[in-house]
Amino acid sequence: MNKKLLSNKKLIIGAFLSIIFLIIALVSLIYTPYDPAAMNSSDKFAGISFKHIMGCDNFGRDIFSRVMAGTKITIFIAIGTNIIGLFFGIIIGALTGYYGGILDEILMRFNDAVLAFPSILLALVFLSAFGPGQINVMISLGIVFVPSYARIIRSEYLRIKGLDYVTSAKLMGARNLRIITRHILPNVFPVIFSTVVIGFNNAVLAEAGLSFLGIGVQPPNASLGTLLSDSQSFVFSHPSYTFLTGGFMVLLIVSFSLFSDGFKEYINA
Amino acid sequence: MSKVKGILALCALMTMSIALIGCSGDKAKDSSEIVVGIPQDLEDSLDPHKALAAGTKEILFNVYEGLLKPDSQGNNIPAVAESYTVSEDLMTYTFKLRDGIKFHNGKNVTADDVKYSIDKFAGISDGSEPLVSAFSVIEEVNIIDDKTVDVVLNTPDTDLPTYLAMVSAAIIPKDNENPDTVAIGTGPYKYVSRSPQENVICEAFDDYWGEKANIKNVTFKVESNADSIVMDLLGGSIDFYARLTIDQVKQLNDEFSVYEGTMNLVQALYLNNNVKPFDDVRVRQALSYATDVDEILDITAEGKGTKIGSSMFPAFGKYYDESLSELYPTDIEKAKELLKEAGYENGFNMTITVPSNYQPHIDVAQVLAEQYKKIGVNAEIQLVEWNSWLSDVYTGRDFESTVIGVDASYLAASALLSRFESTAANNFINFKSDAYDKAYNKTLTTADDDERTALYLECEKILADEAANVYIQDLPEYVVLNKKFTGYEFYPLYVQDIAKLKLAE
Repeated sequence: MNKKLLSNKKLIIGAFLSIIFLIIALVSLIYTPYDPAAMNSSDKFAGISFKHIMGCDNFGRDIFSRVMAGTKITIFIAIGTNIIGLFFGIIIGALTGYYGGILDEILMRFNDAVLAFPSILLALVFLSAFGPGQINVMISLGIVFVPSYARIIRSEYLRIKGLDYVTSAKLMGARNLRIITRHILPNVFPVIFSTVVIGFNNAVLAEAGLSFLGIGVQPPNASLGTLLSDSQSFVFSHPSYTFLTGGFMVLLIVSFSLFSDGFKEYINA
Repeated sequence: MSKVKGILALCALMTMSIALIGCSGDKAKDSSEIVVGIPQDLEDSLDPHKALAAGTKEILFNVYEGLLKPDSQGNNIPAVAESYTVSEDLMTYTFKLRDGIKFHNGKNVTADDVKYSIDKFAGISDGSEPLVSAFSVIEEVNIIDDKTVDVVLNTPDTDLPTYLAMVSAAIIPKDNENPDTVAIGTGPYKYVSRSPQENVICEAFDDYWGEKANIKNVTFKVESNADSIVMDLLGGSIDFYARLTIDQVKQLNDEFSVYEGTMNLVQALYLNNNVKPFDDVRVRQALSYATDVDEILDITAEGKGTKIGSSMFPAFGKYYDESLSELYPTDIEKAKELLKEAGYENGFNMTITVPSNYQPHIDVAQVLAEQYKKIGVNAEIQLVEWNSWLSDVYTGRDFESTVIGVDASYLAASALLSRFESTAANNFINFKSDAYDKAYNKTLTTADDDERTALYLECEKILADEAANVYIQDLPEYVVLNKKFTGYEFYPLYVQDIAKLKLAE
């Protein structure tokens, strides 16, 4: 067991980096070196120094503090998105997978229709209906994520409901609701977990995309996407701004991807 | 859905601008062609009598002319009219039309066209409220002969020539059935075509009566994403852009000439005087005290920009009262006290709606939001597309506050002050003050110039005392022109005269 864990470099590095990012996000709740929104005209575009380890932006705001706060918002949105997606995904997936029949047909065809659209486009449609803002980004992305979760969970229910232990439970007179929640759901968790980690990555990317287009998180709040979009105007005059914020986002996504890859290998090995 | 379309167009634009960087400098452009970047599409109307947005009118300035037109010194020079005389009672202006002046469709401008146009924009033909309230002084238009037209007023007004020099007072042909979409005027450029959200194409008018335009083809390219302007300039897909921030200018290289001036705008945090808590003058004053304009200028424009204290900017000379900009020195304690008196001891939440295509306004809104935290006011910034801003905020008046610049469409004080009369159709902040209405209405019937000036100054003082809006600045303007071209001239008005541009030697 331990040997299996230790030989899985992806999992170890991924988990290590992911934890660092989670810690950064958590720390930013109580502490950032500077107030991420505090402006200071004398620090406009201050360079990298011990005082400002990533320098300052066009308003004289400390970029590192903003990146910390941005990581928090990005991770918060990604988690919220997955909770919404997962909650409805499990309900729809469990009901359609377990009961089948006409309900399954209707919901799954609807599911297919939704899946046919590129997710970012669909999120754009929802966002333009709800209006911008971080809660709305979370809801829009959450809705967009429901179908893929529902589909994965449905197939698990479909597979497990034919197993002997479920048949036995039925013969013992267990009610359907009990079978769905107590007997099958715990056995779906490993699959759910690896899907969630991938979903988390997708949510980070999707949020960054929406914010980059200017319809996600609104100023003066910042997510990693808005930071990248802000820094874009200064890519020629102050490239470090863009590269540091962009690099930070790349690292965040790489570390979660490594973690999810490693985790999948660990489960399957 | 239009938002989605806008966003898609924006995506396309961004990809395009990236692609263009890759291939810049390979192709030499046709020498008599210029691409002008504009911040928004001319979506309101191509009809000069209906166009609302300053951004639309500054482009239409190249296509349309009134009986008179402004020059870069702020004088009214004859255009469609060759000369005019005024009766002694200042009630009748007689215009003599220019010989052989033609519309872009090749037809001669007739007295009929002039009467039709004036009747249309002054609301005489259909009895409607004119777009610019100053036009309501026009009582009727009489055709004397083929070349002579009398404009009769209902009250003496020495500013009539200034009104008639506006783009909104352009002369258009009577037989154009769709002025909304087909632009036919007498200006140095004629309208060729328009692709929504993409560009507007114009061409020099060969039969222009005056000095003809130097550059043959002009494309006005819509730059709906403020971030791509610098890249598009550097990449060569636009040659000219009129309003850049200092940060954007600094990213350009020496292939561009930078002209520095002022935008001739009243930039302010416009407050909807009808909604809580801004219906209370103490709250509005508190916000004025909490605003540190010097800090705004330092952060957003390296200290450049002219502080203003009322709806008037320095280009207006004698109508501008500099002392008003010092009426509300930054004083956080005073602001807190006023909020306490008004019953908002713990502050309140407010929304600042800002059009997403104007970076200077977005920057100022961000600094304001930060400054208001000090008095416990939590300002949330909401970026909206230009069209939604126009329909929701400006026309619909459904907003709490907005950062925007209001321009003067003609060079008389009423251009900026008429909108704050409580019944004015364009009083988008719902300002209501009996003293103001009284003072403003008096200007309309006062013929003596000094008295009028005094009344206008009184109006400005009332706006400042009432803190109708949180006045900020007349923005510094940086105009960037590719060094392939030269000849840019500033106007004291919000216009871009493309006809003056020429190829560099």
